[in-house]
Amino acid sequence: MARIKRPRKILNPPSIKGFKPYGSDADLRSADPVTVLFEEYEALRLSDYDRLNHHQASIMMGVSRPTFTRIYAAALQKIAIAFVEGRKIAIEGGKVYFDSEWHHCNACGCYFNQPDKNIANPLCPLCGSEKISDYEFSGSPQYSRFSDGKCKCPECEYEQAHQPGLPCKAQACPQCGHAMIRAGAPRRNHKTKQR
Amino acid sequence: MRIAMASTGNSLEAKIDTSFGRCAWFVIYDTSNGGIEFIPNPTKGVEDHAGQSAVEFIKERNVSKIISGDFGLKIKPMLDSLNIQMIVVNDNTLTIHHIIQLLKKEES
Ligand SMILES: [Zn+2]
Ligand SMILES: [Zn+2]
Repeated sequence: MARIKRPRKILNPPSIKGFKPYGSDADLRSADPVTVLFEEYEALRLSDYDRLNHHQASIMMGVSRPTFTRIYAAALQKIAIAFVEGRKIAIEGGKVYFDSEWHHCNACGCYFNQPDKNIANPLCPLCGSEKISDYEFSGSPQYSRFSDGKCKCPECEYEQAHQPGLPCKAQACPQCGHAMIRAGAPRRNHKTKQR
Repeated sequence: MRIAMASTGNSLEAKIDTSFGRCAWFVIYDTSNGGIEFIPNPTKGVEDHAGQSAVEFIKERNVSKIISGDFGLKIKPMLDSLNIQMIVVNDNTLTIHHIIQLLKKEES
């Protein structure tokens, strides 16, 4: 049976659609572009721009370490082909989704994400207010009410101090490598007031 | 545009449910004609993956936003890949009626 291909997480879509070579006969040669998939772009970005190791990068993308290494190798090979053969690079396709950012409305207090990356300064989708601040938390808004605290490994129970602004699940357990979660994360309906 | 809400009941006086996957009812509000539809949540009593099942159910309704009191951790990637916006209301006392009034005001 065919394996279901899970969509891969991309934190930021590339700001451009690709690259064009220049030089004497560049136009002739660049007729047939090399296609770098979004996930390959992301693997390269995480590894060589953000300088994460492959283990951390694989967690960020929600894929296994061997899968990450395969995606990364494909990215490098395609870029090498484009460089050597003087071909265009098109960045497109692949089974990916963009990990949207969270926002907080200071007027009605709601939290919302913005899946459409083309909207830079969203208004509150509920009350229409312009008083929007960016919001950073791991997964569920209810977790965010505890901006300090600890990350815990769900595998081996290892705990470490939470780094504000860095999602717990983006952290790898130093003991066993599992993605961390927020320690003692409350589920819902707790009455803690924010601020 | 069609907007789904997690509701505690099947009336306008019901409140926004604090769970998306296990809410009692879904309310679908259509901003183009003001239509309001109440649908019992088939995943309410599901043991595991209620959130994911609820997404599967609700995406068939062609909604572009979902309003709830909270969402499970695993839901965001699914909704991101479907381009569905999540709105988490901070006030659990808000009724469906309130929310629709807000949305109407926001539309105009
Ligand atoms: Zn608002
Ligand atoms: Zn561990």
